[in-house]
Amino acid sequence: MRRTLLFATLAAAIAFPLIAAPLGWEFYIGFASRVMIYALAASSLNLILGYGGMLSFGHAAFVGAGAYVVGILMAEGVASAWVSWPLAILVAGLLAAAVGAISLRTRGVYFIMITLAFAQMVYYIVVGMKAYGGEEGLNLATRSSVGFGLNLKDDATFYYVVLALLVAGLYGLQRAANARFGRVIEAIRENETRMEAIGFPTYRYKLACFAIGGAVAGLAGALLANQNSYVNPNLLFWTQSGSLMIMVILGGVGTLYGGLLGAIALLVLEEVFSAYTIHWQLGVGVILLAIVLFAPQGLAGLLARRRDG
Amino acid sequence: MSQRLLSLAALSLALATPALVAPAAQAADKIKIGFISTLSGPSAAIGLDIRDGFNLALKLAGNKIGGLPAEVVVGDDQFNPDTGKQLADRMLKRDRVDLLTGIVFSNIMLAVVPAAFEQKTLYISPNAAPSPLAGKGCNPLFFVVSWPNDAYHEAAGQYATTKGFKNAYLVAPNYQAGKDSLAGFKRYYKGKVVDEVYTKLGQLDYAAEIAQIRAAKPEALYAFLPGGMGINFIKQFVAAGLSKDIQLIVPGFGSDQDIIRAVGEPMLGLFDTAHWSYDLENDANRKFVAEFEKEYKRIPTVFAAQGYDTGLMMDAAVRRAKGNLDNKEALRAAFRAADFKSVRGAFKFNKNQYPIQDYYLRVVSKDAEGRIVNKKIGTVFTNHGDAYVQDCAMK
Amino acid sequence: MSGILILEQTLNGLQFGLMLFLLAAGLTLVFGIMDMINLAHGSLYMVGAFLAATVAERTGSFVAAVAVAIVGTAIVGMALEMTVLRRLYARDHLAQVLATFALILIANEAVRLIWGPQVPLNTPPALSGPVQLLPGLAYSSYRLVIIAVGLAVAALLYFAVTRTKIGMLVRAGASNREMAIAMGVNIKRLFTIVFGFGAGLCAVAGAMLGPILAVQVGMGESILILAFVVIVIGGIGSIRGALVGAILVGVVDTMGRAFLPALLREFLPPQFASALGPALASILIYVLMAAILFWKPQGLFPARG
Repeated sequence: MRRTLLFATLAAAIAFPLIAAPLGWEFYIGFASRVMIYALAASSLNLILGYGGMLSFGHAAFVGAGAYVVGILMAEGVASAWVSWPLAILVAGLLAAAVGAISLRTRGVYFIMITLAFAQMVYYIVVGMKAYGGEEGLNLATRSSVGFGLNLKDDATFYYVVLALLVAGLYGLQRAANARFGRVIEAIRENETRMEAIGFPTYRYKLACFAIGGAVAGLAGALLANQNSYVNPNLLFWTQSGSLMIMVILGGVGTLYGGLLGAIALLVLEEVFSAYTIHWQLGVGVILLAIVLFAPQGLAGLLARRRDG
Repeated sequence: MSQRLLSLAALSLALATPALVAPAAQAADKIKIGFISTLSGPSAAIGLDIRDGFNLALKLAGNKIGGLPAEVVVGDDQFNPDTGKQLADRMLKRDRVDLLTGIVFSNIMLAVVPAAFEQKTLYISPNAAPSPLAGKGCNPLFFVVSWPNDAYHEAAGQYATTKGFKNAYLVAPNYQAGKDSLAGFKRYYKGKVVDEVYTKLGQLDYAAEIAQIRAAKPEALYAFLPGGMGINFIKQFVAAGLSKDIQLIVPGFGSDQDIIRAVGEPMLGLFDTAHWSYDLENDANRKFVAEFEKEYKRIPTVFAAQGYDTGLMMDAAVRRAKGNLDNKEALRAAFRAADFKSVRGAFKFNKNQYPIQDYYLRVVSKDAEGRIVNKKIGTVFTNHGDAYVQDCAMK
Repeated sequence: MSGILILEQTLNGLQFGLMLFLLAAGLTLVFGIMDMINLAHGSLYMVGAFLAATVAERTGSFVAAVAVAIVGTAIVGMALEMTVLRRLYARDHLAQVLATFALILIANEAVRLIWGPQVPLNTPPALSGPVQLLPGLAYSSYRLVIIAVGLAVAALLYFAVTRTKIGMLVRAGASNREMAIAMGVNIKRLFTIVFGFGAGLCAVAGAMLGPILAVQVGMGESILILAFVVIVIGGIGSIRGALVGAILVGVVDTMGRAFLPALLREFLPPQFASALGPALASILIYVLMAAILFWKPQGLFPARG
């Protein structure tokens, strides 16, 4: 049943742009791309938060870093995706490694605060970069070029590229989760002291998890910069980290498709509600609160977890 | 089991989204206008005034633009470029608007217009008119109804020079319009600039800046702080006792009705420069002011006048193009002709599609009925264009 | 750099810091005693400001506005505690973060529905002018009142926490909750009272800062982060830490924004200085927090032994 559902979803996703055009739904191809990009970002946070149990409030900084790498390179004349996207992944990953190296030496609320502080620092630095738009953001002249005769400016082509990368990302997540790395990380989340006593270098595992999550977030950021053809410091503000967290919790913390489901749920809710009322955030807030308070599903992994001293 | 159900539900909802929100196919003989503006937050008064002025023009024309029934799709950018961009995307791609307009702030507009240009949709700006789009970046699809960003500030600089202030301190927010404003002031101010300070866009507490101003002891202070920023700054400036020693000069909208409503009497005696004044003596303006006060029970600001003029301009242009919205070239030519009676008097476009017009000196004072208004007391510039037009390649 | 300038900026920093203290005090108590991260604290500040604005407009009395705001927000806070927040004490930090984040969304929209996106709040006319402190320094009288109120509240809190029975219970709960329960303290009622009190403090800050900033939806988010920085610096659960931390943050932030760009201009070419200055000034308090945590990982005055 699971397998069939998976293939059905994939088939529907592949078919979507083809049926959207004749129905006059072109706008929604772009919308679907946006959902998938956020799904990728949320999944990268899910790795850190869901599997790793690390409450990082600075994840938006890594997404934003990836986005700005693409934006800045574009402004300097480098449009090739083969250069800017890997660079976005690298920069975001290194940033995550640096932030993680310092933050992971702390625990509990101090960890949350330090990740938050670092994220705000990156935000203010980006705001200060007047050469690249500062407060106003930076328009990208065009979308990245991938070659092979493919034009990413065409919404449908871009959609397929994003879909391919999302599938690759989820596949990678599945492999990692089922491999030794994933098992160790989850065990550390359950009881770090025990894992340390057994002899695992927990700090190194957590740092690796943090850096990988950050790197994938950078990729999502690169795609986001392309989707909007625009980057702006708001991408890095702490409330964006909050939105990503909401997606993860809505979808199911620590589950493979948690990021995907959460992104779909939140963005679709936003789109549908906002067509009827400007107060859609009220609905989202109530649903989120209800889930946290009453719905163990999605929070099942969390409830089993012991609290960090 | 429940995860599967959840995924199925999510999937169905996702695929059904377009059906839930996509609008019905539109009738052919209608004009759709996308109106994005800042309708919430401390500077909401500006967006609301533009909207009200625009709606008034529509109402007086029987809710028609150029003879076609008009449908206006309104969105609130919440002073956030991301939100503005998303609204624009939706209006351009899903609602397929024929014309886009409304944005107050340059940073939001600069994020939005590339998408409009890509869709070959004309953008008629009722307010933001930054220098990049006046010079090298000028675009045939971009029309400015208000005034080039620098203009009010150039006029103010001219006034400061004429009045003989030996030195001046300059303040503006750190975004394109802010930089344009101080560049404009300096272009015509021949005295000494003591300091040039850029504050954070949206900043509300100016205690630190006011302390610096006090220490610098300038003769005049030129502050470009639109909307909520200006309200707070003027209140705090007066509260710190500096209004006695330093002459505050602002661009016209910095002391307009929205700020007067919030600050009141402490503003009397403030000088400002603008392209329009509520007491301008022409038929279009008299009608506008009377109708606006009747409809909305308040005195219009320059923003309302600009919104109204935008409605008038669209009406005249679409009529001139005989309601043919698909022929973009003809529509553009119709707009360029600018054949309408503006509330500011004569209106004509420069080759970069920014206006050439007069700029006046105004002072905040009480009118015959005791209301606090901006009275026109002189003319600073006649037939004034902008400094960037020579870089524009358009003919 | 004149003495007057430094004095004025110090007063500005003090004013800013004392208001932060009002927010941080409630936050640190809730965190210290209940071990709960409450992101909705900023929303209580917002509710306080809106209530004050409405009352000020209706009655024309600023004092009445502040009084009603305190009582109203305390009631809202206690109601919130008894219905929603109580269920979160036993949960872990992630659940608390998400639930209170959801409360922020709900609060923002609820306020928007009831009041609209913003309401005006003006300084009382008697305080709109300056006070001549020194020749050459006419400081805003309203800001002086803010400083006075902040110091008064700090003194009141000191008295309440050190000299009254309930203060003792609060300190006991902060330093060792399990022991306090074991000793028979009605911990449920204590929590509710502490929460309501913290909400009341938020209302004072919201009402007093309203005329200087703007009473608008979402006003809590930006100040919330600063409040968290303050309690982390000061030490969780400690009111003394909150006061010291808040004044430190207020003064450092104000001085940094005022003098750092000028200072940089002395050493660096103007190009770099004008770009680096404001950015560095903005992140200064985060750097400060990181530095303090490096030397004292539990903050300056941790409540727990």
